[in-house]
Amino acid sequence: MAFISSGYNPAKPMEGRITDIGPRDYNDFLPPVIAKNKGKWAYHEILEPGVLVHVAESGDKVFTVRVGAARLMSVTHIREICEIADKHCGGHLRFTTRNNVEFMVDDESKLAGLKADLASRKFAGGSNKFPIGGTGAGISNIVHTQGWVHCHTPATDASGPVKAIMDTVFDDFQNMRMPAPVRIALACCLNMCGAVHCSDIGVVGIHRKPPMIDHEWTDQLCEIPLAVASCPTAAVRPTKVEIGDKKVNSIAIKNERCMYCGNCYTMCPALPISDGEGDGLLIMVGGKVSNRISQPMFSKVVVAYIPNEMPRWPSLTEKIKHIIEVYAANARKYERLGEWADRIGWEKFFELTGLEFTHHLIDDFRDPAYYTWRQSTQFKF
Amino acid sequence: MAKHATPKLDQLESGPWPSFVSDIKQEAESRAKNPKGLDYQIPVDCPEDLLGVLELSYNDGETHWKHGGIVGVFGYGGGVIGRYCDQPEKFPGVAHFHTVRLNQPSGKYYTSEYLRALCDIWDLRGSGLTNMHGSTGDIVLLGTTTPQLEEIFWEVTHNLNTDLGGSGSNLRTPADCLGETRCEYACYDTSALAFEMTNEYQDELHRPAFPYKFKFKFDGCPNGCVAAIARSDFSVIGTWKDSIKIDQAAVKAYVAGEFKPNAGAHSGRDWGKFDLVKEVVELCPSEAITWDGAKLTIDRKECVRCMHCINTMPRALRIGDERGASILCGAKAPILDGAQMSSLVVPFVEAQSPFDEIKEVVENIWDWWMEEGKNRERLGETMKRLSLQKLLEVTGQPADPRHVMEPRHNPYIFFKEEEVPGGWDRDITEYRKRHLR
Ligand code: HEM
Ligand code: HEM
Ligand code: HEM
Ligand code: HEM
Ligand code: SF4
Ligand code: SF4
Ligand code: SF4
Ligand code: SF4
Repeated sequence: MAFISSGYNPAKPMEGRITDIGPRDYNDFLPPVIAKNKGKWAYHEILEPGVLVHVAESGDKVFTVRVGAARLMSVTHIREICEIADKHCGGHLRFTTRNNVEFMVDDESKLAGLKADLASRKFAGGSNKFPIGGTGAGISNIVHTQGWVHCHTPATDASGPVKAIMDTVFDDFQNMRMPAPVRIALACCLNMCGAVHCSDIGVVGIHRKPPMIDHEWTDQLCEIPLAVASCPTAAVRPTKVEIGDKKVNSIAIKNERCMYCGNCYTMCPALPISDGEGDGLLIMVGGKVSNRISQPMFSKVVVAYIPNEMPRWPSLTEKIKHIIEVYAANARKYERLGEWADRIGWEKFFELTGLEFTHHLIDDFRDPAYYTWRQSTQFKF
Repeated sequence: MAKHATPKLDQLESGPWPSFVSDIKQEAESRAKNPKGLDYQIPVDCPEDLLGVLELSYNDGETHWKHGGIVGVFGYGGGVIGRYCDQPEKFPGVAHFHTVRLNQPSGKYYTSEYLRALCDIWDLRGSGLTNMHGSTGDIVLLGTTTPQLEEIFWEVTHNLNTDLGGSGSNLRTPADCLGETRCEYACYDTSALAFEMTNEYQDELHRPAFPYKFKFKFDGCPNGCVAAIARSDFSVIGTWKDSIKIDQAAVKAYVAGEFKPNAGAHSGRDWGKFDLVKEVVELCPSEAITWDGAKLTIDRKECVRCMHCINTMPRALRIGDERGASILCGAKAPILDGAQMSSLVVPFVEAQSPFDEIKEVVENIWDWWMEEGKNRERLGETMKRLSLQKLLEVTGQPADPRHVMEPRHNPYIFFKEEEVPGGWDRDITEYRKRHLR
């Protein structure tokens, strides 16, 4: 492996350096029919799952085919996407805010060939490379995070559970039989990178044991006051400990006050927290970000713990599938999962889904917890 | 023959959803064959070692990445997420596995020419693996070594005319819904705003100068396709002030069943014939709609612009013409104080290029938060600690009922001294003259 220079000169690092140029101008990338009709669209239709048409005031049409993607993808896969775009779409394409890919054509006659081509492509292991779907009242891609592929603070993986869940709900990626769209998101720790706190169904990796303390390194690696300030329940305090005949500045954690959020580890590498048998996932439901009918909502915890079960997380996928089926069978048209649960009452939600209600689900975090209890005699038996 | 046995990961190759395992394996094979005869600048077997370390994590149920990693390029304080494997001897291909964030174009439109050029750089100088895209919006180049960082930066700036994205305590990469490019609901040009704001604040994006991270997101309407209200400290959401435009003939076409409700979004199930009263009139959250059997009317003064009727009958109902946006602030994930969605700060602002009114709000907020925000305190938390009133004051917004869901129910009210006749300096002896001890 011989080093190949790009032209950068490490002896004169600031020479020829270009900075602060930002992203490329999106106008360079718009397909001609989009550039021409931008801001002048009249209406749209969903022709079938995964296929949309937008009609401009000029009468021009653009047909969009949306396909699923694993988000984590190789340059080989991106090049295949490019090849398809060259073949059918004049070299244009886009990605969505849920990490699907959209191919656009300006004439209906080009649609059948594009769809057939996409549907025919499979990976060696047999999975679809470009499944068409993700539109309307169905289940689109899962917004997810780094997991064991790249992050140091996860309590679970991201890519693996997402693949397992999408395989389980795949029919609903290619169908539109739900009362309203069901958004699923996954984060591998409580930092909740992404959208779990505002999704119809959110999956979050959690720990269940307090951090270990690497006393020998604590005052070497960490700014202790930051670790103290990082704790939402004030379980972390500075202390002195004896190691052999040495006295060192370190950290003490009140275990009974720690709820294993891992934020002190984020701040201090000497406080590792992950644990194969302690870690797992929780399920939240009922969040939404749109303002349609009801206001945006946070998702709420309905299952406090499910173990990590590699590689296919069967208990997790089974519970998610079950919640979706009960929702689909009971909710009204246009009703998001959170609106449905609010309307019928959460006691009814637990009755219908058969999920166990445990003490973990009752909020006990500071003042606002009170507002989540029931100050009323209105409830269903 | 694969370098590591991956019996667990192999089970993620079956099933219909695109398998990331199959894709990584395909990249590993392609690098092994090296059809272009590249002199790979990081280990050829990097993707294989990534599968190896991931399989180990599947066995242990624990991550195998060391804490943190601080790397980057000269001139910038962020943009690269360093990462080192905690088993470098077993998996030397990922001993260094840094992520490079590249700033994506508005709306994530691409040409194949651009993406191929990017792939060529990454093939040579990285793992060949990516995230398309990070949840903030960046193109994420997943896995390279420290000595390649400056080389990659040189190539993307000189050859692709593309910059890094943000990381650290600064302005992160802004993102937008596709807006006017392909949506008839867009109330302003989100793509133009995202591009304009990203360029205007390049310094704030590349060189951390804030108490903590700060994100912009731009939605064209209250449907929230980029989830600005939940995922950005500064959320701009399009809206209109005048009436919803109604095409009565098209309304009749919906009632007659010629046009499909919600553009056909529910066609996977038989929900019966479209019932305008049940599906639109009765679901309007503010009961602003009436239908007399021939004519649909909307009481513009009662409408809260939730989008439901427009979403349900896109061919009959259109957004108004007096357009702009609302600004909401403070969304964040749970750590530390609990999750927040953004709260309304400016009910209506003009949203026309060059977007000076919006920039003014941003800069007023930054002036305040950069001074008053505590170390690692998100704007939402500063608002909780110092009050919404303070934020309204620094942004020059007079208090308005629209700023609250409901008025407070506790009477612990602060007054400004100047609001109270006589002020706060009082003499107890004066008081005692009227009230004996
Ligand atoms: C080898 C060193 C380290 C590496 C590679 C590293 C890497 C990272 C990365 C990639 C992030 C995510 C940043 C983002 O979201 O944009 C992060 C976040 C963070 N790291 Fe580290 N880190 C390292 C050391 C440290 C140290 C020494 C501390 C504290 C003493 C620390 C505290 C944090 C904190 C608090 C965050 C959260 C930042 C945020 O939310 O914006 N890290 N680190
Ligand atoms: C410790 C290391 C961390 C890593 C490796 C990490 C990684 C990431 C990555 C890769 C993204 C997508 C970025 C992009 O598109 O450019 C992201 C987004 C995000 N991160 Fe982190 N993160 C870390 C820490 C944190 C912390 C400490 C918090 C909050 C307390 C946090 C909250 C978020 C949120 C809310 C988003 C999504 C924002 C959006 O939807 O746009 N992350 N993170
Ligand atoms: C070679 C030494 C170091 C370098 C180059 C370095 C560099 C950095 C960088 C680039 C970040 C931003 C990371 C991100 O959020 O993406 C950071 C964050 C941080 N570093 Fe260091 N650091 C070093 C050593 C230390 C040490 C020894 C400590 C503590 C004793 C420390 C404490 C922190 C803390 C607390 C943060 C998070 C600050 C915040 O987000 O508010 N660092 N450092
Ligand atoms: C020096 C302090 C107070 C005095 C002298 C006082 C006096 C009274 C009196 C005389 C009544 C009418 C009782 C009756 O109908 O027999 C009453 C009712 C009431 N007080 Fe107070 N009170 C005081 C403080 C408070 C405080 C601190 C609270 C609440 C935080 C409170 C809440 C109430 C309420 C809710 C009622 C009405 C109860 C009902 O609905 O029947 N009072 N108070
Ligand atoms: S959710 Fe947590 S573990 Fe997952 S990528 Fe974000 S910070 Fe890392
Ligand atoms: S894990 Fe969370 S709750 Fe526990 S000590 Fe650390 S910061 Fe505090
Ligand atoms: S947020 Fe509104 S304008 Fe933007 S894409 Fe979604 S529906 Fe269209
Ligand atoms: S936009 Fe919403 S509030 Fe306004 S009339 Fe339509 S349904 Fe009612």
